[in-house]
Amino acid sequence: MTATLPPRAAADPQGAGPARVNSYTSGKLPRWAAPALTVACLMGAIAVVALLAAAGAIGEFSLVLAVILGTVSAIALITTISLIAEGRRAATNRFMIALVITAFVVALLPLVSVLSTVLVNGAPRFDLQFFTWSMRSVIGEGGGALHAIVGTLQITAWATLISVPIGLFAAIYLVEYGRGPLARAITFFVDVMTGIPSIVAGLFAYALFALIFGEGVRLGFAGSVALSVLMIPVVVRSSEEMLKLVPNELREAAYALGVPKWLTVVKVVLPTAAAGIITGITLAIARVIGETAPLLIVAGFTSSMNYNAFSERMQSLPVFVYTQYANPGTDVDVYLERAWAGALTLIIIVMALNLIARLITRLFQPKAGR
Amino acid sequence: MSKRIEVRDLNVYYGKFKAVEDVNLTIEPRSVTAFIGPSGCGKSTFLRTINRMHEVIPGAYVEGEVLVDGNNLYGKGVDPVLVRRQVGMVFQRPNPFPTMSIADNVLAGVKLNNRRIAKSDAEALVEKSLRGANLWNEVKDRLDRPGSSLSGGQQQRLCIARAIAVEPEVILMDEPCSALDPISTLAIEDLIEELKTDYTIVIVTHNMQQASRVSDKTAFFNIAGTGMPGKLIEYDETATIFSNPAVKATEDYVSGKFG
Amino acid sequence: MTAPTEAPRPAAVDTVERRGDKTFSRLAVGAGTAILIALAAVAIFLVAQSLPAIVAPAGSFRGTEGDFWQYVAPLAFGTVWAAALALIMAVPIAVGIALFISHYAPRKLAQPLGYIIDLLAAVPSVVYGLWGITVLAPATVPLYEWLAENAGWFPLFAGPASGTGRTVLTVAIVLAVMVLPIITALTREVFVQTPTLNQEAAYALGATWWEMVRMAVFPYARSGIISASMLGLGRALGETMAVAMVLSPSAIISFAVIQSENPSTIAANIALNFPESAGIQVNALIATGLVLFVITLIVNSLARYIVNRHERSLESR
Repeated sequence: MTATLPPRAAADPQGAGPARVNSYTSGKLPRWAAPALTVACLMGAIAVVALLAAAGAIGEFSLVLAVILGTVSAIALITTISLIAEGRRAATNRFMIALVITAFVVALLPLVSVLSTVLVNGAPRFDLQFFTWSMRSVIGEGGGALHAIVGTLQITAWATLISVPIGLFAAIYLVEYGRGPLARAITFFVDVMTGIPSIVAGLFAYALFALIFGEGVRLGFAGSVALSVLMIPVVVRSSEEMLKLVPNELREAAYALGVPKWLTVVKVVLPTAAAGIITGITLAIARVIGETAPLLIVAGFTSSMNYNAFSERMQSLPVFVYTQYANPGTDVDVYLERAWAGALTLIIIVMALNLIARLITRLFQPKAGR
Repeated sequence: MSKRIEVRDLNVYYGKFKAVEDVNLTIEPRSVTAFIGPSGCGKSTFLRTINRMHEVIPGAYVEGEVLVDGNNLYGKGVDPVLVRRQVGMVFQRPNPFPTMSIADNVLAGVKLNNRRIAKSDAEALVEKSLRGANLWNEVKDRLDRPGSSLSGGQQQRLCIARAIAVEPEVILMDEPCSALDPISTLAIEDLIEELKTDYTIVIVTHNMQQASRVSDKTAFFNIAGTGMPGKLIEYDETATIFSNPAVKATEDYVSGKFG
Repeated sequence: MTAPTEAPRPAAVDTVERRGDKTFSRLAVGAGTAILIALAAVAIFLVAQSLPAIVAPAGSFRGTEGDFWQYVAPLAFGTVWAAALALIMAVPIAVGIALFISHYAPRKLAQPLGYIIDLLAAVPSVVYGLWGITVLAPATVPLYEWLAENAGWFPLFAGPASGTGRTVLTVAIVLAVMVLPIITALTREVFVQTPTLNQEAAYALGATWWEMVRMAVFPYARSGIISASMLGLGRALGETMAVAMVLSPSAIISFAVIQSENPSTIAANIALNFPESAGIQVNALIATGLVLFVITLIVNSLARYIVNRHERSLESR
């Protein structure tokens, strides 16, 4: 709307009326027209739906129906009026803008819905007991997710310990050393790895550990291996981007001081890229910490505490949410409430990690200076 | 501690492309030598071969010899890292390390090499180097501020301080003033004049007035056309190059007919 | 400089430093190689564990009398079908949002909006699954009944409508919501990179906003949109938990999207059956996982191919 120029046909100089108006504004709807029409249509639709509901034509008053009706009629009305007053080009423009804005609002709805449901349903059990109890011998009310939280922390920590050195060194290889067929192969296969579905990573870890420990193996550490398969490509990609951003001039400055290559990388390149690399790692952790499928397969589920990732099944928070939902006892609502509380915890962790990542970028990025 | 540089039959290649062809010259200790010439004539490339910095670009190699006090830089088993400790370099754009303070930037050559240095020695070295770069009085109260907080000209002098802190024999400068304003340029030129008493200095410059102001000798490089290698056309006392050159191309260039 | 020269430096320092250089570069090469080995291991283990199921005689699989291929067929169909439906819904909206953020919203608003989209991408899939089954599925029931009544002549919307809302269409909506942020983020990046000069040129010719977008934004972004969609498709194909929780599965091939009998997806089938499986069933599930891997690999390679071709055509311009 901002840049709509008057269509040619309507740009008739001085012909507008007795009071001489700016000819550039003629044939153009005022700025408030579209928003006002939208509000009017929405109100109208709500009224119509309410009337219909009162008359018994439809079941009961539905805000969703009213909003859909209002939006559609607003788009139609704005386009029609614009077509009459402003011409075809401007009408097309208004129609497309309306669609784009609608797309945006439509996309926000599920987000708002997801967050508000998680918050509302998760709050009742988001209590002290939830964070201090496991589910051992809990039937019905009470119980908590401590075992799952401990499990998630352990599994993710091991996954990070595996992925970060491999991913970071591979990125260093690609940026600082990589040339020729090996570098091309690594770049290609990191791309392939990015596309591995999480469940396939779980199957891989299972196949690997079944070979060592026999069929039916369930280990927290096997879960870490599965998560590493998902995490490594993310770490490589983000670290590679950050290392590439380090200006070559800094490397040259260090070389010119007689610093060997590896010390240049360790003491100049890595510190300069540190903020970005840590941000990338944090986001990678945020991505895998919510993974459910691979852990369901190789780490299994349990209701007891397990502090040792190298023996027996280990519960994790996402799997906790799933099992609370999937295997409810006699009192379904109690289990669902725990599932929601787990979901809320999970979302808070993920959001916190995202926020931390942004803060790291904001606070520790070295100032470019120029 | 400055040293004589002798270059014999030097060819520089980037992969298959020959960038510089057949350079022979001798640079005297405790002097300032300027390399001038049009863009792309290979003067910067040649400069970088004097401390093996051109090797940073993949596919680059040289034929011929560069002798610093009789030692061939391209002899068998020569470590480029050691070469660069003896032959320092200052770049076109000031490039202090953004993660380090002013003092740490000066000490970078020492600290990055994992060499331990006593605190008092470090402070003395920082002061000596910054005084040597005419920067001490401007920054002595804020040595712990980041190096990037300085102005462009100050940053460049910080880079010079950083280079002299490693106590090299030779300092190479690759268009050190091209990113600076006239006042900062003047400060750097004064500094070059002072540094000359201790170091052999080689400077690449686009600015012919600068070459005539700061240098004792001047080398003029030129290319026959794009894709052709750069060549050393004439090398003589600066006064001679600018007043009475032997080659027609040099005269055309210094009088501004091309370039 | 009066300090004594250190010119003939001790050779020992030299060799130690050289060793550091060598160790470090070996570490880097080793990490790169480890990735290659890991991927080779993924392929080898999956194939090795799959073989027994692929060669197993007919009748040894759950829910079918046939052999492995008849077992995997409805699952593969369901996987592609649900992902395709999701994509059809997600792409237009994602392009709309990306356009809104990159070329319509005021700059101050654009960045926070980008953050919100990124956050949407970070919500774990199990949360979407929980939301899909408890909020979305019940909410869609009246819509499905209405569709079955009024649009039942259209094969996709053939009745009888599911009474629980746990249909392919609901799954596709959840998947669409999940891949939306990914497609949006990638598309937005492409939109932002379109040359400003062309946009200004379009405005200078008196173009409206939409005409400017069509003239100066879309031509540059077309391949970017396609590859973003393909990557989103890859994500949707591999998504497990949301499908496993929302869908009520059967081993059929059907295009009807609102009935209570729906084809399951490979990933969901694995997640639901793996915990209680043993012997040849496990091999069968791993083999379906291999099929899924191959499908996603094809989709992702196609995306890369399109991007590379476009980049080359831009360079040659």
